[in-house]
Amino acid sequence: MSARVLVGVKRVIDYAVKIRVKPDKTGVVTDGVKHSMNPFCEIAIEEAVRLKEKKLIKEVIAVSCGPQQSQETIRTALAMGADRGIHVDVSGKDYENLGPLQVSKILAALAKKEDVRLIILGKQAIDDDCNQTGQMTAALLDWPQGTFASQVDFQEDSLKVEREIDGGLETIKIKMPAVVTADLRLNEPRYATLPNIMKAKKKKIDTVKPSDLGVDLSSQLEVLSVEEPSQRQAGVKVETVEDLIKKLRDSGRI
Amino acid sequence: MAASWARSGLKFCRNFVKPWSVEVWKGQAVGARRGITQASTERAGVNGFLHAPLQTFCEEESMMKDAVKKFAQERIAPLVSKMDEQSHMDESVLHGLFEQGFMGIEIDEHYGGTGASFFTSILVIEELAKVDPSVAVLCDIQNTLINTLFRKCGTEEQKSYYLPRLATNMIGSFCLSEAESGSDAFSLKTKAEKHKDYYIINGSKMWISNSEQAGVFLVMANANASAGYRGITCFIVDRDTEGLSIGKKENKLGLRASSTCPLTFDNVKVPESNILGELGQGYKYAIGMLNGGRIGIAAQMLGLAQGCFDNAIPYTQQRIQFGKRIFDFQGMQHQIAHVATQIEAARLLTYNAARLSEAGRPFIKEACMAKYYASEVATLTTSKCIEWMGGVGFTKDYPIEKFYRDCKIGSIYEGTSNIQLTTMAKFIDREYQA
Repeated sequence: MSARVLVGVKRVIDYAVKIRVKPDKTGVVTDGVKHSMNPFCEIAIEEAVRLKEKKLIKEVIAVSCGPQQSQETIRTALAMGADRGIHVDVSGKDYENLGPLQVSKILAALAKKEDVRLIILGKQAIDDDCNQTGQMTAALLDWPQGTFASQVDFQEDSLKVEREIDGGLETIKIKMPAVVTADLRLNEPRYATLPNIMKAKKKKIDTVKPSDLGVDLSSQLEVLSVEEPSQRQAGVKVETVEDLIKKLRDSGRI
Repeated sequence: MAASWARSGLKFCRNFVKPWSVEVWKGQAVGARRGITQASTERAGVNGFLHAPLQTFCEEESMMKDAVKKFAQERIAPLVSKMDEQSHMDESVLHGLFEQGFMGIEIDEHYGGTGASFFTSILVIEELAKVDPSVAVLCDIQNTLINTLFRKCGTEEQKSYYLPRLATNMIGSFCLSEAESGSDAFSLKTKAEKHKDYYIINGSKMWISNSEQAGVFLVMANANASAGYRGITCFIVDRDTEGLSIGKKENKLGLRASSTCPLTFDNVKVPESNILGELGQGYKYAIGMLNGGRIGIAAQMLGLAQGCFDNAIPYTQQRIQFGKRIFDFQGMQHQIAHVATQIEAARLLTYNAARLSEAGRPFIKEACMAKYYASEVATLTTSKCIEWMGGVGFTKDYPIEKFYRDCKIGSIYEGTSNIQLTTMAKFIDREYQA
């Protein structure tokens, strides 16, 4: 199979870090905070690498949009088995405004440029929880999409995707080229072994600018403020069911 | 001091020096987040060396440190308590160490190893020790003693046979100590008698780590007793060799998951081709390897202290007594800060010794200092951490008491503290001679 797969990997604040809101309420504290690859992106890379190991696809390209530090995330993807990386250099104000719409425009442009047959993304990022990039990318390219994938079966020119939906599991067949977004149960990502980390040093990372791809990064959204969720109030214990109903009525809940 | 390691550290980051160095220090330097401007990183110091804090890692060192941390927390941490209680290292941990490439860190890629630097081994050992010092010591012995001996002294045949195995599935044991010779290693009594083209080894060894799982044993035996220690030779003995028996595991206070057994050699026949290095040079190899192994143990003790500390501090922040966190009492704060300083000092000694070794500069005195200090700091830290945790620190439900038990061996094995101090004194004496 000569197919190329593009996998998006996003650099996000590590899931184990306690998030703090900046005092000026413009966002969260990111300086000096541990960052790592979005867990769903790890699952996406793992799926792509497995397809390559099964010899169903030829090349895995890892892409990340962001400042210089995004290259660390790409490097991790290379250590997991991706063949090469593309760093789309976005920094400063542009980076603050970078959202699913801009990223999907970039991914669509790259998909055309690199002659890609399959794009695998994580279903959502754990920092913004947007769950939009995959869907938007498919729409921009006019490609079919298999989102919330918990299983992907590669067939000659199409994919059988089992999706996790509210009611249970849905299996669809989509023609390639297509976009797939990975859900939690798609696979368990491998650890980057030390020898693979060393091998990753030799793999190439190309840097491109959004302007090179002809992408306009302007955003229609403006973040007005970011605040912490309100403190959880203590609960109250009641003695009887009657008390419970009375309390619920008094607080206007029923 | 710092400058020279910087050059060597960069040298060992190979082609990643130029494009990555500035970015690495801007983005990743641990403990050096502020004050590192573009100008200061690019400014060459005296002799053209760049000045960077000791805790600056090149990108692959950072990536490997993170990889080990993740693996240790996910795959080893849940099993630590069980392994300690049963005095048995779980197979999944052993497989995992090999799979992840932790057992062949400095072995060349050509032989199936990772092909990384000595400093990387130190980081790996430190990260493993934060979770389980028993696992760390297994990794340490394999990398700093066994692999190094084969790499430095092995013939091409020996290397081609053993290095790939050591990197993928074979554990090695280093057999020097005997019942009657610990610190006085050179007085070992195990003999090797020459017959035609083979040797017959008779004797016994004691306190041999990894021996329950080892596939190959590097045995120090004397092939020429009349020459004293100059007869000591290093023999490669495979596990299944007739006459080699592995005794019952010691029931230890700490590092219980690491197997420590006595060995008996009863007319063990070993071909001449199984001599590692040269006849009668074993004592030199042993000393040489133990100098590097010392830094590995320092890293283990350092990780132990840090892991223990990391587990204890959150407790002090949560525990409320007399209306405030116990962390907020000045008495506690001073103790905590004191211990944190000691750990930092031990870290710098260890990292510096490792960088010196990588740079090919003299490092023996510094390695002794690192091992001695790190083991003392580990003892202090674990003792204090139990006190800070109060009653719960004393129970097996929390990991602290295990660290306390594990740390004691640090000042004993791979050269007791007294030996380290004596060695340091010899160097100091020499330095100050007219």
